[in-house]
Amino acid sequence: MKLVFERSVPGRGTAYLPEAPETTLDFPLRERPLRLPELAENQVDRHYTELAGETRGVNGGFYPLGSCTMKYNPAVLETAANQPGFTDVHPLQPDESVQGCLEVMRLAERYLCEITGMDAMTLQPAAGAHGEFTGLLLIKAWHRSRGDLARTKVIVPDSAHGTNPASAAMAGFEVVNIPSDSHGYVDLNALRSAAGPDTAGLMLTNPNTVGLFDPHIAEITRIVHDAGGLNYYDGANLNAIMGIARPGDMGFDVVHINLHKTFATPHGGGGPGSGPSGCKAFLKQFLPGIRISEENGMLRRAEAESRIGDVRSFAGNFLVVVKALAYLAMIGREGVTETASNAVLNANYMMNRLKDLYPMAYDATCMHEFVMTLEQMKHDTGVSALDMAKALLDYGMHPPTMYFPLIVHEALMVEPTETETMETLDEAVDVFRKIMEEAKADPERMHERPLTTRVRRPDEVKAARKPVVRYDFGT
Amino acid sequence: MGTYVPNTKAEQQKMLESCGFQSFDEMYACIPEELRLRKPLELPEGKTELEVTRAAEAAARKNRVYTTVFRGAGAYRHFIPSIVREVVGKEEFRTAYTPYQAEISQGVLQSIFEFQTDICELTGMAAANASVYDGATAAAEACEMCREKTRQRILVSATVDPKILSVVRTYSFGRGTEVAVVPEKDGVTDPDALRQMTDAETACLLLQQPNRYGCMEDADTAAEIVHGAKAKLIMSCNPIALAVMKTPGETGADIAVGEGQPLGLPLGFGGPYLGFMAADEKMMRKLPGRIVGETTDMNGTRCYVLTLQAREQHIRREKAGSNICSNEALCALTAAVYLAAMGPENLKRAALTCHANAASLKAKLTESGMKPVHCRPFFHEFVMQTADEAQAERILAALDREDILGGLPLGDGKILWCATEMNTPEEIGRTAAIVKEVLQA
Repeated sequence: MKLVFERSVPGRGTAYLPEAPETTLDFPLRERPLRLPELAENQVDRHYTELAGETRGVNGGFYPLGSCTMKYNPAVLETAANQPGFTDVHPLQPDESVQGCLEVMRLAERYLCEITGMDAMTLQPAAGAHGEFTGLLLIKAWHRSRGDLARTKVIVPDSAHGTNPASAAMAGFEVVNIPSDSHGYVDLNALRSAAGPDTAGLMLTNPNTVGLFDPHIAEITRIVHDAGGLNYYDGANLNAIMGIARPGDMGFDVVHINLHKTFATPHGGGGPGSGPSGCKAFLKQFLPGIRISEENGMLRRAEAESRIGDVRSFAGNFLVVVKALAYLAMIGREGVTETASNAVLNANYMMNRLKDLYPMAYDATCMHEFVMTLEQMKHDTGVSALDMAKALLDYGMHPPTMYFPLIVHEALMVEPTETETMETLDEAVDVFRKIMEEAKADPERMHERPLTTRVRRPDEVKAARKPVVRYDFGT
Repeated sequence: MGTYVPNTKAEQQKMLESCGFQSFDEMYACIPEELRLRKPLELPEGKTELEVTRAAEAAARKNRVYTTVFRGAGAYRHFIPSIVREVVGKEEFRTAYTPYQAEISQGVLQSIFEFQTDICELTGMAAANASVYDGATAAAEACEMCREKTRQRILVSATVDPKILSVVRTYSFGRGTEVAVVPEKDGVTDPDALRQMTDAETACLLLQQPNRYGCMEDADTAAEIVHGAKAKLIMSCNPIALAVMKTPGETGADIAVGEGQPLGLPLGFGGPYLGFMAADEKMMRKLPGRIVGETTDMNGTRCYVLTLQAREQHIRREKAGSNICSNEALCALTAAVYLAAMGPENLKRAALTCHANAASLKAKLTESGMKPVHCRPFFHEFVMQTADEAQAERILAALDREDILGGLPLGDGKILWCATEMNTPEEIGRTAAIVKEVLQA
């Protein structure tokens, strides 16, 4: 495919704006020419149509990317958010003129608190990792406010998403990694010995990253509380349990939620997401962003008294919040539970139809996702999880997440989500079974997969060794 | 009614039984009973799409969309060619995730590569990343890039947008870095104070161009002072201004960041926006987040991949420079489409018209009796003085009644005005007339 710059012809363009009035710029000017593409609008349109043709979205096909909750993104969410009454509102307009925005935010905060069992919420964080960072700063601010400066460590299980330890480090904590037990659960003894007067908190996702609900969760959070630490819930896997169980009832003090996962707002090829942070009442005073209150029927913006400061400008990814609220309004009270139940059902259904051929990392009822391990196969035939993932591409299927969690070797993590039909799951199972046969019949050939895509196994080493990260104009 | 679960109750039961469960309750048996939520959530019942659409419309109607806007301060109303929304609405782009599987993600990967090139062109820098959350987090991440063992103090000019300063402070609260604010003098960074404050412990200076008052900073002098102490210069720039102003690259800045919202993104009550980041060659490997690089595949075909991933959280975990994972990919695509459509000529027209309109507004408001606060070159924002807060409020209220969103009140009777290519000479004239009326009343 040609780059947009390679299609450029000097002098081409469309009249979008009138010529500028006569004016004098009295500050230093750029001397280098601005080499933006010069294209007719028709070319712009077709260029991106071509790029779209080589992009895979969940609305176009099954996308069982574990831990990413690639559920169908309903069209009405776009309709709700694309109204000029939302898109054309300046964030610094007077309160009286943004009552609709504040109403949306207040409702979203209220509903998300109810679903997570929290007392307060900020919508300012722009993504999940951003929400983690925010939540950890709340924990830091709380310990400091009590004069407890010794709490410098955050406990993170070795099964955690990479963002967890990275967020803890950004918040200035030392990370204590603890092992998982043979079931993939938190090793209680390891936790007991790690927790102490230097523990600021624990970061955990439940169901955990191997797709299992940790049954000792109440004990886990108690150990941390008894040591004087707080419990942080990573909402990455909330889709499995919303309406079934709540982090707030499990002993968690702080959560973040990924609206682009659980609440169906599109992932956008890697954002924009939205990662609201919620907390129990005793942490509310530290929340960043704006607090909304009502005075004589008028919604007002204010800032929390001991806020940690802002984590982003303005109120966060507001239009994403509009979409999440529209989604919640559609599915409603029963829909939340039905969504979670069917996410778990779809995962168990697929796992059960595959477990005779694909070894599962853990033999237990899974939650919304399951992890298989191809370690034995790699050992016996040389065929890796990567080879299998690439073979799925030949059948038009987006592969599962590869090589995560790190505690499972040759892992493939499958998360079908609740929005897939039984037929889609059956077809996917058939593809998985077929490629297993192919792998057994001709293991060598698997290293060549995919065979049918235009691009096949890009050379990542070359890309990193001598990085080319911008077009070379040749001048 | 209303969920997006496609399987019927009968199908669900069949699937449950195929897994050996009689009921959903049994499926969830692994969750301890005392943790099960046994009461309905306090949420409304599900609704139909017609009802939800009506509710969303009703909420949107409670907001005011002003016909005329003279307010900026970090969020700017610009013209967006129709093609932009058409392209960005494509469901392939909208509903994809991070391009982990390069073979079926060449479209989104190439679009990011093109975006990175656009940002390099605008800023004059060597390398850009795939985006961060917004301009403020871009500035905060850039400060972190500059931190070294013996250099833990970040200097931020007092003329940087307070929202950006707040985010830089929050990020510094995390890392434990020190933030010191360099005072302003006559609307720009005080060079003498800067010289005094810059030393061997200084990691960087964060400078905004144009600054929070709309004034153009003397970036060359700042660069000379900061580099003299071997500290880094970060420039936070308005991307429309970059079409005409001396670039961070030409100034010798080490890092350029900015808020990309003016590049085709709507105001949207503050988000989603787009943080862009670019660095010189030496600092490229310190950039946070996704970076797309060019390579070849098994057949020798040119293609694109996520690259330099050894910097990132999923590999380095607690040793990563940043925790960023999801960024603002679709907003970066929006900016890339906007720039592809606009091209250099339309973008330059936008920049020049912004400046011409702002200059005209400033002159007319001065004629109406307001006093300019700074006597400096500016781009498309400037501060005017009224007698006091009460007078400023009366002016803004009078404009509001005429469906005009006036400038942003800064306190002490000061108002920060902004004009863009969206404003017409008639609007500017009418606004000045209303201001005159209030001042003479």
